[in-house]
Amino acid sequence: MSWVGEIFKATLAAVAVFTFLAVVAAMLGVYLERKISGWIQSRLGPKHVGPQGIMQTMADTVKLLQKENIVPANADAITFTVAPLLAAVAGLLAWIIIPFGPLFGRIIVVRDINIGLLFFIAMASLIVIAILLGGWSSNNKYALLGGFRSASQMISYEIPLALAVLVPVMLAGTLSTVGIVEAQRGGWLGIGNWFIFGLPGNRWLLIPGVLAFLVFLTAATAEVNRVPFDLPEAESELVAGYFSEYTGMRFALFQLGEYAEAFAMAALTTVLFLGGWHGPLLPGVVWFFIKLFALVFVLMWVRWTYPRLRLDQLLHLSWKGLVPLGFLLVLVTGWLLV
Amino acid sequence: MGELAAFTILAAVTLLPAVVVVTSRNLVRAAMSLIPSFLGVTGLFVLLQAEFVAGIQILIYAGAIAVLILFVIMLTQGGTGTAVRQTNEQRVVGALAAAALTTALLALLLRTAWPLAAGALPRANVAAVGSAFLTTFVLAFEISSVVLLVSLVGALVIARREQ
Repeated sequence: MSWVGEIFKATLAAVAVFTFLAVVAAMLGVYLERKISGWIQSRLGPKHVGPQGIMQTMADTVKLLQKENIVPANADAITFTVAPLLAAVAGLLAWIIIPFGPLFGRIIVVRDINIGLLFFIAMASLIVIAILLGGWSSNNKYALLGGFRSASQMISYEIPLALAVLVPVMLAGTLSTVGIVEAQRGGWLGIGNWFIFGLPGNRWLLIPGVLAFLVFLTAATAEVNRVPFDLPEAESELVAGYFSEYTGMRFALFQLGEYAEAFAMAALTTVLFLGGWHGPLLPGVVWFFIKLFALVFVLMWVRWTYPRLRLDQLLHLSWKGLVPLGFLLVLVTGWLLV
Repeated sequence: MGELAAFTILAAVTLLPAVVVVTSRNLVRAAMSLIPSFLGVTGLFVLLQAEFVAGIQILIYAGAIAVLILFVIMLTQGGTGTAVRQTNEQRVVGALAAAALTTALLALLLRTAWPLAAGALPRANVAAVGSAFLTTFVLAFEISSVVLLVSLVGALVIARREQ
């Protein structure tokens, strides 16, 4: 195919992924967050716009679009404008490698590249820059502190995240996401070969499988700045952290990036440990979304269950807990595989 | 044709921010401009079908080194980064050194006969890189990991002393 055609295809794919993210991750994500937190706190949550308040996020988006876009007088205007775009684009690009499952005889994925997981982690690391620049350019001490906290936190948790990813990579022998899901095909009811249960011939791998799953989920929660790891935007001490000064649609772009990243982490957990689209009876795509939303629910459930950590506890957990455990898991997996 | 267009765009993406890096009066902006430059280099690696190097380039350079530089500048300059000048009085000497280096590099580039026949690429790039690290280049690989370990321990020792 000619390169003009390739560019056309890439543009279409970008529009499709962006629409999917804006609707599923951001709009549905915010709605679910408010409904689930309401349910956990014995409230009703949004109720008035549409049946069961389902149009509430739509109304909020329209409101945000109409708001005045304020750039603080002493802010660095260019950086201030670019930072939310970078956050949204990096969150969006992470979705390129997520395979949704087979539909009409082919697997739904934007691009199955042979460095898939490396690409995903690289995109996650770009969000740090967006947050740091957003915090700095606002010229506000709370925003700057939020940006700093976020950078130290995300850099610390990238390492256990990458180490936990290595365990399924070693089991499958590839970095391609489609390859990893294909390696988990079959087994008892289509769930027996999920990497969280080890390999069919070697059930001892269940131990590093489950532990790597937990390490990955913890590091992913910290990486997307969600409670109990939400120090970068701790409302009670930092106003709103790095996006204190943002208004209107730029604020919404940061939110979009954050939700896109959170959903992408849940999707990647599904791909790496829970067999991707494999499962009994139901079609693959349905299974993928069931697992994705189950993990999103866990993330929201955790949010209203645990209190926020202190900064030193947060860094201790990563450097003294998860990083050594991650190295040990890689070592044990290698030993069991040989 | 497509490759040429891609190369031209990527070269511009790499070089234009690089000019900002050396000319900007604001240190944070200079450090920030490193990021698009690094991403442009990533694109060039992809164009050469070196996907693994491209991934590592984003992860290490754009994601870690640029963040580290930004972090240091923001912490030491009180968050503004405008207090320090980038240039000093040695502009003429600097320009001469740059011109000499450019001449030397150009002479070298024009004299070298570049082999144009492309070799066959292995299907699994990453696996090939991995096995090369642990077989042919194992000594270099181990030595560089020891160097990294030593610098890590050194950083810890210095940080401890300041406490």
